[in-house]
Amino acid sequence: MSFTCPPTNSPFAASISLVDLVWGYCGILSLGHGAFFALGGYAMGMYLMRQIGTRGVYADPVLPDFMVFLNWKELPWFWQGFDMAWYAFLMVVLVPGVIAFLFGWLSFRSRVTGVYLSIITQALTYALLLAFFRNDMGFGGNNGLTDFKDILGFPIQAPGTRAVLFAASALMLALGFVVASAVVRSKLGKVLVAIRDAESRTGFIGYRVEHYKLFVWTLSAVMAGIAGALYVPQVGIINPSEFDPAASIEAVIWVAVGGRGTLIGPLIGAVAVNFGKTWFTGVLPEVWLYALGTLFVVVTLFLPRGIVGLWGRVVTRRAAPAKEVDGSGRQAGEAA
Amino acid sequence: MSQIFDRRRMTLAAVLGALLASTMAGYAADDTIKVGVLHSLSGTMAISETTLKDTVLYLIDEQNKKGGVLGKKLEAVVVDPASNWPLFAEKARELISQDKVSVVFGCWTSVSRKSVLPVFKELNSILFYPVQYEGEESERNVFYTGAAPNQQAIPAVDYLMKEEGVQRWVLAGTDYVYPRTTNKILEAYLKAKGVSADDIMINYTPFGHSDWQSIVADIKKFGSAGKKTAVVSTINGDANVPFYKELGNQGIKAEDIPVVAFSVGEEELAGIDTKPLVGHLAAWNYFESIDSEANAAFIDGWHKFIKNDKRTTNDPMEATYIGFNAWVKAVEAAGTTNTDTVIDTLVGTTVPNLSGGYATIMPNHHITKPVLIGEIQDNGQFDIVSRTAPVVGDEWSDYLEGSKDLIADWRKPLSCGNFNVVTGKCGGGS
Amino acid sequence: MSFFRLFTIFFALIAGFQPALASRVADTDLSSRIAALGVGGFDDLEKAIANLAASGDDRVPAILDRLGNGELTVRKADGLVFFADKVGTDFRLTDPVTGVDAGLAPKATVEKVKVNNRIRRAIASAVGALTLMSPDPAVRRTAAEAVMKSADVTALPVLERAIAAETVADVRAAMVAARATALLASDAPEADKVTAIAAIADIGSRDALGFLSGYTSTDGAVGDAARKAVAAIESRLMLWDIGQNLWYGLSLGSVLLLAAIGLAITFGVMGVINMAHGEMVMLGAYATFTVQETIRTSWPQLFDYSLLIALPVAFLTAALAGILIERLVIRWLYGRPLETLLATWGVSLILQQAVRSLYGANNREVGNPSWMSGSFALGEIQITWTRLWIILFALAVFLALIALLKRTRLGLEMRAVTQNRQMAAAVGIRTPLVDALIFGLGSGVAGLAGVALSQIDNVSPNLGRGYIIDSFMVVVFGGVGNLWGTLVGALTLGVANKMLEPYAGAVLGKIILLLAIILFIQKRPRGLFALKGRAVEA
Repeated sequence: MSFTCPPTNSPFAASISLVDLVWGYCGILSLGHGAFFALGGYAMGMYLMRQIGTRGVYADPVLPDFMVFLNWKELPWFWQGFDMAWYAFLMVVLVPGVIAFLFGWLSFRSRVTGVYLSIITQALTYALLLAFFRNDMGFGGNNGLTDFKDILGFPIQAPGTRAVLFAASALMLALGFVVASAVVRSKLGKVLVAIRDAESRTGFIGYRVEHYKLFVWTLSAVMAGIAGALYVPQVGIINPSEFDPAASIEAVIWVAVGGRGTLIGPLIGAVAVNFGKTWFTGVLPEVWLYALGTLFVVVTLFLPRGIVGLWGRVVTRRAAPAKEVDGSGRQAGEAA
Repeated sequence: MSQIFDRRRMTLAAVLGALLASTMAGYAADDTIKVGVLHSLSGTMAISETTLKDTVLYLIDEQNKKGGVLGKKLEAVVVDPASNWPLFAEKARELISQDKVSVVFGCWTSVSRKSVLPVFKELNSILFYPVQYEGEESERNVFYTGAAPNQQAIPAVDYLMKEEGVQRWVLAGTDYVYPRTTNKILEAYLKAKGVSADDIMINYTPFGHSDWQSIVADIKKFGSAGKKTAVVSTINGDANVPFYKELGNQGIKAEDIPVVAFSVGEEELAGIDTKPLVGHLAAWNYFESIDSEANAAFIDGWHKFIKNDKRTTNDPMEATYIGFNAWVKAVEAAGTTNTDTVIDTLVGTTVPNLSGGYATIMPNHHITKPVLIGEIQDNGQFDIVSRTAPVVGDEWSDYLEGSKDLIADWRKPLSCGNFNVVTGKCGGGS
Repeated sequence: MSFFRLFTIFFALIAGFQPALASRVADTDLSSRIAALGVGGFDDLEKAIANLAASGDDRVPAILDRLGNGELTVRKADGLVFFADKVGTDFRLTDPVTGVDAGLAPKATVEKVKVNNRIRRAIASAVGALTLMSPDPAVRRTAAEAVMKSADVTALPVLERAIAAETVADVRAAMVAARATALLASDAPEADKVTAIAAIADIGSRDALGFLSGYTSTDGAVGDAARKAVAAIESRLMLWDIGQNLWYGLSLGSVLLLAAIGLAITFGVMGVINMAHGEMVMLGAYATFTVQETIRTSWPQLFDYSLLIALPVAFLTAALAGILIERLVIRWLYGRPLETLLATWGVSLILQQAVRSLYGANNREVGNPSWMSGSFALGEIQITWTRLWIILFALAVFLALIALLKRTRLGLEMRAVTQNRQMAAAVGIRTPLVDALIFGLGSGVAGLAGVALSQIDNVSPNLGRGYIIDSFMVVVFGGVGNLWGTLVGALTLGVANKMLEPYAGAVLGKIILLLAIILFIQKRPRGLFALKGRAVEA
């Protein structure tokens, strides 16, 4: 079929399987995972920018084009080192990881949970969105980073490179899958589910709830960062709109559509939603937002377990009551 | 296909796929020339770009009434990149490699243009970009029919100096590349004209900024230094309405501190009560109020096409008009829609613009445009108070450190978008 | 020097008396002066205006007024200038001197006399000088202010006479100020100028500062006096600046309060996260637009009351939408706030697109009624009427809500359901009905916010998006479940934002605040005014 889901979305899919890890298994609904994705993407973008070298339109050996025409005289300190691949790849992991760790450490320790956590994750990504829009920050403002030439010495547009990047994404997806399922199957995974279903009780039993949450949270942020790093060379641009809270919320709906609390669900959801999006925006552009909006409502109301759940219901002929699968029931009471 | 269909009957994806396949089957006709339209129809940019999509459809409709191009009808292929920058690239790829369009009209923001550039280069197609932008670019596959900074900003400042005796300048803009570059250019230009740094205030605000109280008060304060002050506004889109409302409410009249805007046209004014704003200015290359036969015919046809005689016209629409007609003329002249031939033929093509003159596509892929300065009227229209002879779009500004030595010329043998006249080399990039 | 002074006085006498002797010139003279308006560019036009004003004819102000309004046209055939009134696509021409009807002229045969800002200034100054002796004190005052702005030296003699004849104190003060600015611009002796500076310094306003700053680089006594006066005014204005920022902060805070207070009810009191809250605000704004449009086309005389009429309409529209959402979607999701969040996000997308389909993607114009336009000065603080009304409106809505929750039967039931649903149901409260009503109330209040926001912001499908995150921040910061917390939270954030803005800029200020809130939530996870020991549904 000539019409396929664009390969560029596979890193996205990978990152949201991690959203599912924290939401579906741990009960933390992050509305700001896009931020970690974008941070990883920016780290990669900075590396790719430095690789352009003198092939930029102004032929400046050090400064990226946007710095030249905005009259920057020297490279800001935080851009140093990004010409080296190992450093950049380290940053892809470190920057989202450290920010997530700090954020999580503060939040989980002071027991910010449920909707409060969702809202401040949104505040975090919104603050980053505003910050990266500022041209004074030195990340290219609204235009972001673009016009990449090559990666690790290979031309970025060449079919071979694209194939390799695609393969890397698939690999990354598989890896994410393996890591996630390892986490889920381990004792750790059982504790996470316990935290999701009864956080206080798990704490009373003697588990350090915040440590478990912090681990999964940081792990998922790192994976999101890596996914972002793989995404950028494939689409050829990274710009602050990736920080948009709406983008993070949309990723969450992919999980919900596919079926959360399962590992395959988010993948199916991502593919299905993106497929719909590509199709609608091509054929019936005006209808797209109606369809997306309705999808949000219908899935939360009638398909609490998503497509996977639907499949399960069809197979077993046994409808599961919605309450059972609710991952956030506990927080509800605490927030009310 | 049918096997797949059977197996996954239950899934949404397959149903969508089948629907899609049936629509795809419709695309087989070879007796038309396909024209891609790449404007956002949803998301934040829909507000501006939807009008341009309709404009292209209108122009295609008119052209088909005249018998099409090369004896074939034109067929529009409309896609929605949904104000999402990576999606722009994806949709561009779809238009070129899948729908096999001969030319694409599209993009509004610079970031969307930057996003699709590699695709147009790789697949070798033509993009007409119809919006004023910051310059600092010239690509073989792109034709820039909107204004470069020297076709808007500098004549506007000259007008204010001469007509209003302005000595003190507020450069207020939204924090993105176009205002940043324009203000850099203007700052250098003003300093070259002997304006001291103390008499220039630069202010940036985020997209959609809605609380203008403090900034308007600052402007007022800056303006009370005994010298005639003006505001040069590169404030973008949605932020303009609250900005002008605050100006009006704080009683800043055009006679006291005139504001000249580069991004405020008829469409933006449609959301504001313009009575308190009479006399504030805008610099464009086209105003709806232009008194010419071509313009009257264009507006008349537009109203009939869109079935609403209250719809305004604006500058990017004229830029689309010029680009479209230039493409038609070049294709007719070349006798083919072959990309390379058309690109070569387009340079030097001259077509009428809507203000009663002509626009010529220059070797740097920018066009000649007259600069018009208009004052806002109480009916939401502009009264043209100044008009220059056609100005050639300057892609590499003479007032920027990094680009003053660069020129672009896509004619053979130079064929270079960033030729450095000092080193004599075509500096990378392409 | 004294000879020169005598000479100026003599000249002033002659010039001053001229208009008094002949307030009318011959029609032919006036006609020829008017005809000159139609020739040449803006420079020529400016000279022609001065020449026309110099006639001192009492018909001139009206003619200049119409010129300023763009109602003068040149007949291309003979180059004569007429008043033009639009009749369909043609213009009815009237002779400006005799008032004789010169017939209908098609659009193509006439050309408007174009005016720009410079010409408008020249007109204002000329009309000012000519109307200084008007019988109406308000007109005299405007005239004096116009002359002051233009610092028109030639108006000095008229001013002297006007001051001598003036009986109204504040009009006289305006004239004295105008004389001072004109004196400063003239070649009067230094001593007079120093006195003039003192007179302007006494006004102490920002405008006065503007005039005086122009003379700080002058040498000698004038420069010294100007520098001293500028320093004095600046230090005085600095205190006012703090007041001004505080006012801006309060005004921003009131906008936040309006946007957030509906959310404080649905989120705070009911524990429902309504991501479509911003869209309720948008619905309110579009309701206002629709009401205004109807009034504009059917009852234009009611325009000034349009907002008052829009209030109930907006409230009911949004409330109805809210109740529908509650009945159709949210009630299935009680106790599952995260799902509610996703579902209402979907609803918000649908509502946005629906409005886009109905009204188009473009901004819609909602006008300010006359009582909300303009501004007044409180000391040196500029207070715009829009902002003042919005602050008052926000407080009124707040107090009304508090009263509703604390003093009415419905409020009692709402609080009962909030605190213990089962118990409330057990004592006979129809909880589903109360749920729907609370949600309707919260949404309706958001609709009211939309009426207010339509006055200062874009009325576009994206209106709500811009406020949703800020609203959540306010509610979370203030403390969930506490309307007073929302009030304090909104005003604190508003003031903090505006106090930061002069130093950090608009964007950085907002980023700092967001981070501050994130950190604050870590410290006090239940917000500023956390309710302690509150019974919660487990």
